[in-house]
Amino acid sequence: MADIGAHFIEIGLMDRLATKDTAIHRLDPRAKLLTTLVFVATVVSFGKYEVSALLSFFVYPIALIARGDIPARYILKKIILVAPFAILVGVFNPFLDREPLLTIGDWSIAGGWISLLSILVRFILTVGAALILLACTGINGVCLALEKLGVPRVFTAQLLFMYRYLFVIMEEGMRMVRAKRCRSFSKQDTGMKAFGHMLGHLLLRSLDRAQRIHSAMSCRGFDGHIPSMKQLRLTSGDVAFVAGWSGLFIIMRLYNISQLLGSFITEVIS
Amino acid sequence: MSHHIIEAEDLHYKYPDGTSAIQGVSFRITHGESVAIVGENGAGKSTLLLHLNGYLLPTEGALRIGDYSLTKETLNEVHRTVGMVFQDPDDQLFMPTVFEDVAFGPMNLGFPADEIKKRVYDALETVGMLHLKDRPPFKLSAGEKRAVAIATVLSMSPNILVMDEPSSHLDPKTRRKLIALLGTFKHTKIIATHDLDMAVDLCERTLIIHKGKIAADGPTRELMQDEELLEQCSLEKPLKLQCCSLCGKVSV
Ligand SMILES: Nc1ncnc2c1ncn2[C@@H]1O[C@H](COP(=O)(O)OP(=O)(O)O)[C@@H](O)[C@H]1O
Ligand SMILES: [Mg+2]
Repeated sequence: MADIGAHFIEIGLMDRLATKDTAIHRLDPRAKLLTTLVFVATVVSFGKYEVSALLSFFVYPIALIARGDIPARYILKKIILVAPFAILVGVFNPFLDREPLLTIGDWSIAGGWISLLSILVRFILTVGAALILLACTGINGVCLALEKLGVPRVFTAQLLFMYRYLFVIMEEGMRMVRAKRCRSFSKQDTGMKAFGHMLGHLLLRSLDRAQRIHSAMSCRGFDGHIPSMKQLRLTSGDVAFVAGWSGLFIIMRLYNISQLLGSFITEVIS
Repeated sequence: MSHHIIEAEDLHYKYPDGTSAIQGVSFRITHGESVAIVGENGAGKSTLLLHLNGYLLPTEGALRIGDYSLTKETLNEVHRTVGMVFQDPDDQLFMPTVFEDVAFGPMNLGFPADEIKKRVYDALETVGMLHLKDRPPFKLSAGEKRAVAIATVLSMSPNILVMDEPSSHLDPKTRRKLIALLGTFKHTKIIATHDLDMAVDLCERTLIIHKGKIAADGPTRELMQDEELLEQCSLEKPLKLQCCSLCGKVSV
């Protein structure tokens, strides 16, 4: 269970990454949010057997990781942490969809396997993009951008609190697990009943804690809106960022760049 | 200077689950006073303090804070007048960096950017934590967290400081530093605590709360000598007023 602690600390790292000062961090949160949305929309819009065309989309996360000075390993670890959900979505495809789609020599690959692969690639791309957005904008920036783009405050505040209270719940959970371990000695199996009690208790404690945090916030004038010192101003750089990347995404959606590149290279070689 | 006054009149508070935490409390605290609110665990100290900045509204009775009676409409003014430092600094520090956390209050009050920056620097300077301004708050030590929590409130320049057990969970040296720091503040101070030695150090006046009622209200030193009263309220005479068990002297 020690790794829960490690992940908790790492969520804190996300906040710290967001305080860096790179060209990417300095972009207006709205520009980054819009670009991420266009990215996700184009990636999701591909047909279910598409894999090769998706590969060229990796250029966006890679560019941001490099320019935004974000540790790629950290983002990868976070993706792997949630990957089971994507696998769950696609895991039955190979059994349901047995139509051979691709033959390499004597091997034929069923469509189900291709679509599973496609789901995984899309998952990595979209979750990766979202995490990168968070790492170079910060949750407060993302919420502010959403609000400025017309999302009602109720939703942005919800999002913000979900994120903040994630810490709280994990922290409370960690404390309880530790306390339980100290008293259960080497006996591993303390039964489902104890687990159920702990879960209920965790919920109550988290609620309590959330309430205290809220009271502390409202005592300092919080009215559902996280204020920001940064004056949001769209510069020509922001516009170029959105337009440039969105343009590229659309081109990559219409033309299969990886394939074109591949055939170009084979032509040159032969 | 009526805006530094707190006046409670027959305050009652019942939690939604039916617990009567405050049962008829009245007091008047005037400008520049430093008052300790002492009482055993569960006496109702925290509940009382949560009224002072309007987080809880009394179920019965009235509260005047500065120029305002406490109602839903005056909450903003009350938040500006009363700075509240919570018992657990982890509940109070929720922004990604110390700077942003201290700036949170002034930003909500709508100050311009350079004024906010000045306030944050001044507040952090006062508590001696300016060097931590870019650190994430949850990675600080207990003493640092407490000091930053105090700064988050100072940055709003309140007239009245309300603190819930500020010395709990601190090691002896950090505790001394905190007491020295609080001693320098000129604000009207209200400090809930069961650290009676701190009460003796910082507050001329003490309110003893017992089971949601005021058991005594008077000069701290007098109350702390009244062993019968302390016994009744499940409190213990401060160490510094006890005869030294080694040499038989009272330290002050
Ligand atoms: N949220 C709550 N709901 C119900 N009862 C509460 C709540 N908070 C505190 N109480 C009860 O109110 C009484 C006073 O609590 P509190 O003000 O926290 O005491 P103190 O701070 O002096 O230790 C206690 O009996 C406590 O159990
Ligand atoms: Mg308390």
